[in-house]
Formats: sequence, C-alpha cells, structure tokens
Amino acid sequence: MSPQDIQAIVLSLKVATAGTLLSLPLGIATAYVLVFTRVPGRALLEGLVNLPLVLPPVVIGYLLLLLFGQSGALGPVLRFFDLRIIFTLKGAIIASAVVGFPLLVRSIRIGMEGIDEQYLQAARTLGAKWWDSMYTIILPLSGPAIVAGMTLMFARSLGEFGATIILAGNIPGVTQTIPLAIYEYTNTPGGDSMALSLCLVSMGLSFVVLLISEASARSFRKR
Amino acid sequence: MLFEVDVEKKIGDFSLEVAFSLSGKKYGIFGPSGSGKSTLMHILAGLLKPDRGRIVLDGVPLFDSDRKIHLPPQQRRVGVVFQHSHLFPHMNVRRNLIYGWQRTPAVKRRITPEAIIEALNLEHLLERGVNRLSGGERQRVALGRTVLSCPRLILMDEPLTGLDQELKFQIIPYLRKVLEQFGIPLLFISHSLEEIRLMTDEVLVFEQGRIEQRLAVEDLARRHLVSGSRGYANLLNLTSPRPHGDLWSYQWGSSQLILAEPGGSGDNLFVLGAKDITLFKRHPVATSARNLLPCLVSDVFGDGNRMGVALDFKGSHLVSQIVPESVRELDIRKGVEVVAVIKASAFRRLY
Repeated sequence: MSPQDIQAIVLSLKVATAGTLLSLPLGIATAYVLVFTRVPGRALLEGLVNLPLVLPPVVIGYLLLLLFGQSGALGPVLRFFDLRIIFTLKGAIIASAVVGFPLLVRSIRIGMEGIDEQYLQAARTLGAKWWDSMYTIILPLSGPAIVAGMTLMFARSLGEFGATIILAGNIPGVTQTIPLAIYEYTNTPGGDSMALSLCLVSMGLSFVVLLISEASARSFRKR
Repeated sequence: MLFEVDVEKKIGDFSLEVAFSLSGKKYGIFGPSGSGKSTLMHILAGLLKPDRGRIVLDGVPLFDSDRKIHLPPQQRRVGVVFQHSHLFPHMNVRRNLIYGWQRTPAVKRRITPEAIIEALNLEHLLERGVNRLSGGERQRVALGRTVLSCPRLILMDEPLTGLDQELKFQIIPYLRKVLEQFGIPLLFISHSLEEIRLMTDEVLVFEQGRIEQRLAVEDLARRHLVSGSRGYANLLNLTSPRPHGDLWSYQWGSSQLILAEPGGSGDNLFVLGAKDITLFKRHPVATSARNLLPCLVSDVFGDGNRMGVALDFKGSHLVSQIVPESVRELDIRKGVEVVAVIKASAFRRLY
C-alpha cells in the first residue's frame, strides 16, 4: 500500500468522523422538532431533510457547488470570513454530511417516536421542564437509535463519492478519500490490484463499523 | 386545601363540563370507562388545556381562560400516579424515586426519600432496574416517586387497575398509610366501587363528561345495594386476633367477633357481604352461627326486591340485605331491635 493509500484511508476516517459528529447536534434537534413539536412548516423541513436521500449525489454536489462556490450564493459571506470550501477538506466534510444527514435524522426519529409520550407526561408532572426531560428522558431512551443513526451515517460517509468529487475534487492528500482513490486507480492502467486492496480496506472498515453498532445496541439492551 | 374547578373541554363528539370544589382530604371520582375521568385528570394535571373555565388550588390559579393563565404541569405541583406506573425504564428504582424530589425546590421538600423508602418498604429494591419489578412493586415505586415531588394534591388515575385482587389489597394499605402520614390531599379516579370505598371519603359520580352526583362514599355503596348487581359489602376493620378454640376472636370497636380466618397484627380489613347477615326478631336459642349481635335498626332503605337494613351494634355499623317480604313479616323499621346472625366463615380478609 502506498503512502497515498494510507492518506486516503486516514482522510476517509477524518471526513466521516467529522461529518458525523458535526451533524449529530443538528440531527438530534431536527428529529426532536419533527417528533415532538407542531411548528408550522414541519412537512417542508421533513422534505428538505430527506431530499438528499433520493437525489443523485452528483446533483447534491452540484447544488452545494452553486451554494459554496466563489461566485455562489454564500460566496460573499465566505469571502468575508476568508473561508474556502470547494476543493478543501471542509468541502469533503460538508458533502458527506449533507448526503448522510437524512440517514442520521431518520434513525433518531424512529427512536424518538418509539418513546411512550406518557414518560414525558410523568416527567413533567414531576417538575421537569422540556429541556430537562430532553436530557433525562428523551436522549437516554433514544440512545440506541442515535448510535444506529451515527453508524449508518458514518458508513455512508465512508462511501461518499458523487457529491464529494464535485464539491471537493479528487486531490490526493487533501480530499481524496478511499472511493475517490479507487476511482483513480481504475482509470490508471495496471491499477487493478491497488484498487482491489483499497476495496478490501473499505470492506474491513464497514465491517468494523457494523460490529461496533451491534455491540453498542447489545449493551443498551442489557440495561 | 381548597380546590376549585370549573372547566369545559370538547374533544370530537365528547364534551366534558364539570364544576366542583373540594376542601377535604380524600375524594373519589367514580364512573364507567369512557365517562371522561381520565380527560379530567389530564386537565387538572396540566397535560391537557381546557377550552374554557378556571382551576384554582389554594388560591393559586392553575388555569384561567379569562386571565389567559395556563400553568404547565411542572409548575402546578400536582402529583399524578398513572394507571401504568410509567416508571422511567432506563433508571433504577432509586433514580426513579428521587426524580421529582430533585426537581422540587429545597424549601418545598417536606418529605425525605428515607421516610418514603421506609414507609413503602422499598429498601431492598433501590438498586434494581424497574423492568425487574413486579406489578405491585412498580406501583409502590410510582407512588413514592410522586409523593417525593411533595405535591399539594395527588391525582391517582386507576392506579390499581391491572393488578390482581391479591396485589391490589397489598397496595391499598401502603397508599392509605403514605397519604395519611404525609398529609397529602387525594383525588382518586376509579371505576371500582370497592377501591373508591377503601381509598376515599366522598365521591363525585361521573357520567358522560358530567358530574351526576356528589355524595359520601357510604351512601354510594348503599345505593349500589339497591341498583347494583353485586350487592353491598360491609368493610370491617378488625384488630388484635386471638385464638378462640379452632377459630379466631377479633376486636371490633368495643366488642368481639368470631372469625374462621387468622389475621396479622395491626389493622386487618375484612369484607362481609350484606347478604351474609341474617336477621332474627328474637335471640335464637340454638344456632350454628358463631356471631349473634343484638342490634338497633338505624335505617331501612331501598325498594324493589332488595332492601338494606342499617344496623347499630354498640356504636359500630353494619348493613344487612334482605327481601321486602322479610321486612314486612319481621316488622323491621327504624328503632326496633333485631339480632344479626353471622357465620364465622362469612368474613373474607382483604388485607
């Protein structure tokens, strides 16, 4: 395995970890709003959150490019803060976060919907305010779902290709994650065996993620 | 305590319209399922907002549609014991118990966890997960959790429904003891006359979202002798059982009763069906029954083919159920003397 491959693996892990962790608070908040509140525009929010699930990743990448590009909608804001998103690690993280976000929200949401509302009623009659019951009842009870959502999103981020290549490009050492590296090998004469070894790494990583997810689900059940 | 309620709420086809004010300690809300009892409970606890009206507890408005006041449940300090306990499944017994206590301002904590743990006999369960509790234990923990939030009033919504008979009567002494010990007013919701009689003094009878009657719990029970299908049950609190040959002698007020069932120390609650009390005009010379009580008739009530005869025996009270024909033949009316004859085996112990 070449140093470039190692870099790709490390980058993949970095992107997936950062994307998942940064999305987590927003994912929990979004699921909470969808399940426990009756704010107007909920249907719209739901549609927006789920859109990346059905759109081709390339389309998402292109839309993100329109948003974050130098002449994009957020261009002036980014220039003001002297930020560059496209063709950077930040871009790769944003691309994989957007693509994986619906999976995270979906899973947390299912978990929250499974919580008997009467636990919350009991908590409130015992003096808990909404944020109090959020921390003491909702989050602990949706713990398995949160872990499952994070796992799904992490795995999805590891494999993210379409949106990333458009927004962040395929720059070795900067934005080249495992799928992008595999893509490059397949376009290189004689790169088959290198591609295959990265495929094996990819499978190994995904398998480890699944194992961790299963183990955490078991430990929740045991309590 | 002074609790004033006057609210209206419409949910689909169902409408709730109630007005009452309570000042005593223990009240029951009695009615068939679907009569709106639980809706009322949710409204009083603040979990459901009425369309109109006001709820005032000790001068503090909890809800007032005119003044646009609607206190959320966490600010009402009205405790609720739910039908299905709703213990938090991810916490052990100890954490469940102190959940409300921790959220009660220190100056308002009148009750300590230690006192409740002792009163409800929970010491050995504290570290246990709530999913490993029996039905009765769950309700005890739920009760303790609510009492520890030091509420100004406790609402109990069918807390004994779903428990089998034996468990139910194991829980009731705990409920009574805790409410008495910590002096918390109670509003007890149930469709079981037996539970209402054991837990409350006065009853609001509910029917299709309205209060049909308000009466003493004893009057409700007597009414059921006449109209209900199960007759009337005398509830007797008997103390200090002593062996009496093969049988047991109990203290009942200032006199003695002979029973077949052994009891425990402290209070023993026995039920005696009104049908199991036979009345004699004169003292029978020889009878197989072990209890012969010369009584004074204090009331004769009911009509149709079932009549109740209220009896006074040295200041203790019993009700016997007989048919109108016997009332006429024995010339039973208020003020006459009769002898009540009860078999030792007619008593059934509740707890």
